[in-house]
Amino acid sequence: MQRSFITRNPSVLIFLALLALFTLVVTVLAEGFGVGVISTSFVKTLGKTLCLCLAAVAMDLIWGFTGILSLGHFAFFGLGGYMIGMWLMYERTRLIVVESLSQAEIPPTATEVVDAIGNQIFGVVGASEFPLVWAFADSLFLQLLLVVLVPGLLALVFGWLAFRSRVTGVYLSILTQAMTLALALYLFQNDSGLRGNNGLSGLQNLPGVTAPQSTVSLWFFWGSALALGLGYLLAAWLVSGKFGSVMRGIRDNEARVRFLGYSVELYKLVVFTLTAVIAGIAGALYYPQAGIINPAEIAPIASIYLAVWVAIGGRGRLYGAVIGAAIVSLLSTWFTGGQAPDIPLGFYTIKWVDWWLVLLGLSFVAVTLFTSKGMGGLVDLWTQRRTPNRHGADLGPDAGSLREQEAET
Amino acid sequence: MSTLLEVSGVSVSFDGFRAINNLSFRIGAAEMRAVIGPNGAGKTTFMDIVTGKTRPDEGRVLWAEKSQSLLKMSEARIAQAGIGRKFQKPTVFEDQTVEENLLLALKKPRGWVAVLSYRPSSADFGRVKELADEIGLGDALPRKSGELSHGQKQWLEIGMLLAQEPRLLLVDEPAAGMTPAEREQTTAILVEAAKTRAVVVVEHDMEFVRRLNCKVTVLHEGSVLAEGSLDHVTSNKDVIDVYLGR
Repeated sequence: MQRSFITRNPSVLIFLALLALFTLVVTVLAEGFGVGVISTSFVKTLGKTLCLCLAAVAMDLIWGFTGILSLGHFAFFGLGGYMIGMWLMYERTRLIVVESLSQAEIPPTATEVVDAIGNQIFGVVGASEFPLVWAFADSLFLQLLLVVLVPGLLALVFGWLAFRSRVTGVYLSILTQAMTLALALYLFQNDSGLRGNNGLSGLQNLPGVTAPQSTVSLWFFWGSALALGLGYLLAAWLVSGKFGSVMRGIRDNEARVRFLGYSVELYKLVVFTLTAVIAGIAGALYYPQAGIINPAEIAPIASIYLAVWVAIGGRGRLYGAVIGAAIVSLLSTWFTGGQAPDIPLGFYTIKWVDWWLVLLGLSFVAVTLFTSKGMGGLVDLWTQRRTPNRHGADLGPDAGSLREQEAET
Repeated sequence: MSTLLEVSGVSVSFDGFRAINNLSFRIGAAEMRAVIGPNGAGKTTFMDIVTGKTRPDEGRVLWAEKSQSLLKMSEARIAQAGIGRKFQKPTVFEDQTVEENLLLALKKPRGWVAVLSYRPSSADFGRVKELADEIGLGDALPRKSGELSHGQKQWLEIGMLLAQEPRLLLVDEPAAGMTPAEREQTTAILVEAAKTRAVVVVEHDMEFVRRLNCKVTVLHEGSVLAEGSLDHVTSNKDVIDVYLGR
């Protein structure tokens, strides 16, 4: 009975091998490596896609395995991006300011440097003072810590309040939407201290790095691939053991788990917080590749997209979430980027930029209606895995203990 | 005999309807008890109160030697204290194997850190196999429990209860939907369990109660109408009027 983690979960090894192969192929073909079949901007797109896949893995843990449809995980994703963005922007501005002030006759004092940085960063919202939230922006280490702590703490407080009051189902989904909306609206304000709707920009330029973007993009691509690999491994380990058994139990019958003596609320809180942290890390890797982050990124619709990816890919299986996020977000880039050819119908021309959302909506409805297992379910056809389709329907005393099939015939 | 659970003067209303009305009940440490009563007599609400799902408006629920009050404890804490509950409809985790179901129920630390680092030892697997044999599912360990027949699910749930090693077992209609042979097996399992712990069985079926051969408590309109041997209560005039006579 005692078998190793990998033998029990062969899909993990297959996934990691495919991810490694993919990383290798992209690296070799990338501009930064010299071949240049894949443009730098496309390397960035692929790197960003890997980050979205990681966020989808987190979403699958909370929704597909624990049954909590959180529609607010992009808030954590965005917060992770903001935290790393603050350091990137501060440090790069500092280098520029120090450079320009060094031309002056008298060497600038430390206060003058900080004031000049403040002017540069906050001039756009008509301020020059550093708000309190920027207190640690000069330290890479502390801001990296905040990438984990800020989404984690928000999830901890929010989750504690929500789960303790036994808010479940659609009500919890609405609450999480309200959370991400409230956060976005707050960040839109100029005096929130994060540059309002301008957001943080220029994040693609690493301070003190002279390497060209073609090289930097590869670094981030590798970082994203590594993060996805590790995140996937962690998630697979989590769901394979007894902890995963409790998670799936909560999804399928919360009350039963409670009467077995497990504190359901605590378990939910742990998973919610952990997935928020994973989403935060994914966001911290995503936004330096995107180059800019603003409050529109954490609008409620973003979190809904995340749920749609996982649903289309197949929830309750980790590779399903990755497949869904990768395919749908890449297709979305293709369609909305104007690369997809228009379809002339004579009387009307279908422009995909406008019609992509309709197509996405239709495929979401189709997946929900026709296959509850999503695209990941196609793997089942190949491995011939079957799930029992007998949901404990009570046959009643009259039918004795007949099995359902027997009772039907 | 020492008292394991003492419920005294408990009342609870739902929107003005008194589901439980000044109910008192006590059970010893190793005793079998059948609770009968017509629909709406408060049998399930009684179980809800003991397991912490429903908070009573008044009254006391005291547990074990230290007479600890259960009213302030969460469902999970009450379960950890040693009260196991079986629902009327078999509720097992259908998406998981019989083995996973039993491992989940096995008496082990319930905290998330302990669960995270938990790896079943061979002793645990041995205990699971033993339990599975006891409930007649020894060959079904790797099967998804959703594939089991109705009766087998009932047994699996009883097996999960036994795996918890509770001191008090609350069993809601264990024989519903079972064939006569399965009923007999269920009776045997319950009678065996009652040798070392308290078992409360809620049941409609008089034949089944007779086979349990134990003290019977009759509930009516949220309070105890009669208590005693089955023959004693069935000859009670009140009981005949409200329950058996209909």
